Amino acid sequence: MATKISARNLSFFYGSHQALFDNCLDIEERRVTAVIGPSGCGKSTHLRIYNRIFELYRDQRASGELLIDGVNILDPQIDVLELRRKVGMIFQKPTPFPMSVFENIAYALKLHFKLPRKELQQRVEQALRAASLWDEVKDKLKNSGLALSGGQQQRLCIARAIAVEPEILLMDEPTSAIDPVATLKIEELMLDLKEKYTIVVVTHNMQQAARVSDNTAFFFKGHIIEDGPTARIFTNPKQKKTEEYITGRFG
Amino acid sequence: MKSKRSITTRKWTDRLVRAFSALAVALAVLTMLWIIGTVIAYGHHALRPSFLINPSRPYGIANGGIANALLGTIAITFGAAAIAVPPALLGGIYLSEYKDNRAITSVLRFSATVMMGMPSVIIGLFVYMIMVVPSGHFSGLAGSVALAIIMYPVIMRSTEDMLGMVPYTLRESALALGMTRTRTTLRIISFAARKGLLTGVLLALARVSGETAPLLFTALFADSWPTNYFGGPTANMPVLITEYATNSPFAEMHQAGWGAALVVMMLVLTINIATRLLFRGQNDGH
Repeated sequence: MATKISARNLSFFYGSHQALFDNCLDIEERRVTAVIGPSGCGKSTHLRIYNRIFELYRDQRASGELLIDGVNILDPQIDVLELRRKVGMIFQKPTPFPMSVFENIAYALKLHFKLPRKELQQRVEQALRAASLWDEVKDKLKNSGLALSGGQQQRLCIARAIAVEPEILLMDEPTSAIDPVATLKIEELMLDLKEKYTIVVVTHNMQQAARVSDNTAFFFKGHIIEDGPTARIFTNPKQKKTEEYITGRFG
Repeated sequence: MKSKRSITTRKWTDRLVRAFSALAVALAVLTMLWIIGTVIAYGHHALRPSFLINPSRPYGIANGGIANALLGTIAITFGAAAIAVPPALLGGIYLSEYKDNRAITSVLRFSATVMMGMPSVIIGLFVYMIMVVPSGHFSGLAGSVALAIIMYPVIMRSTEDMLGMVPYTLRESALALGMTRTRTTLRIISFAARKGLLTGVLLALARVSGETAPLLFTALFADSWPTNYFGGPTANMPVLITEYATNSPFAEMHQAGWGAALVVMMLVLTINIATRLLFRGQNDGH
């Protein structure tokens, strides 16, 4: 299986505080990779380098290399807007824009593509179908995106992210603010989506990691302690720390 | 257990504090009701259709109204809004969204706070020196400039606060889609905060629409329609109230002054209540 993302000696700093230490990690294409570890271990920080969203904050800095298809995206020459089209992100709390369901997706599309009205509508429908949301919202496309339930809002955000044809989806604890039934739907969706996209998901929920992921990386205090196929990590971890975490002895 | 204070004492202290706090609040509310009551009591006699339709007339001429002052106040206040609102919104956006340089933003924020506390009479005097004296005449525009200076920091700070209430994840998710910073700010964040922004503007309008001191030095007053907004003294409500209710020796003018006060009070209350209703839905649930 081809490597889509490759972190090489990735370190990260909040001002003078170092949060990640020489992370090295290969992420396989069209697979779900789960990133696990106790709170504050750097999981989200690591993920937030992949689309350079951390650059919103002035005192945050990454060093090392992050290769996507062999290209170091930390290179200042990289067009960050195009990078973020290719690398979509889903956040912990659903973040629909303050506009209609339709516009939420159409707006994202119009950012990157010039489309005639008709095709725009088709693409919106496609995205909503791909996020298994179409049947629930097809009669309320004009309603505010904020009027949907939490789980629907999160799937709307997923639809919005995949509408712009990304290759990678980053999910930062995508179900931690959502009820169990809606969580299940999103997990099923992830399994569908990995046919087309490379998915990296940060999760606190060990069962979720076991259910949805092909590979798992275990983070501890900014270091990647261990990574590999999920089945092996969960049944036969090589590192003592990994075993302790997975068996619930800390974290 | 000698060292322990008795439960009874503590209970009574608690009750006492609570009672006095409630009393303090009641006092504030009562003062407000008293003011409203007084203005209504003295002002309601003046409220006839002719009072609202006719322009003010010089002392001693019958059937004077406040229509020119009402129009003048609207012109001066909206003029002030036209001058102050666009840059104040941008300033608020800068304070909230572009935290590139903490030192600069904190100096700007502090300056805005100082400006908010600046006595309005000083602002009136300032505009008098920079506009009225050089041009040789009072004008409605000068009044607008004075009110704009008062509104500016108020709107800037309320804009900053309202944008600050929009969760950071909304900014991140817009940027994560490949949106530029500018578009995120103008199209997503400002839009999410639109009710709050409008509220800030309306409250600032309500606040300056009754300002008197700055207008005494700038717009002054005239018994004519406010056609000379750019080049001459312009009728307005606050100065009319000051002149009629206190400086005039005629009883009917006192009454007209109170009537005008009642109209201004109703306008300000209406804006405040409307704002309140508007803001009740808040910013799209975020």
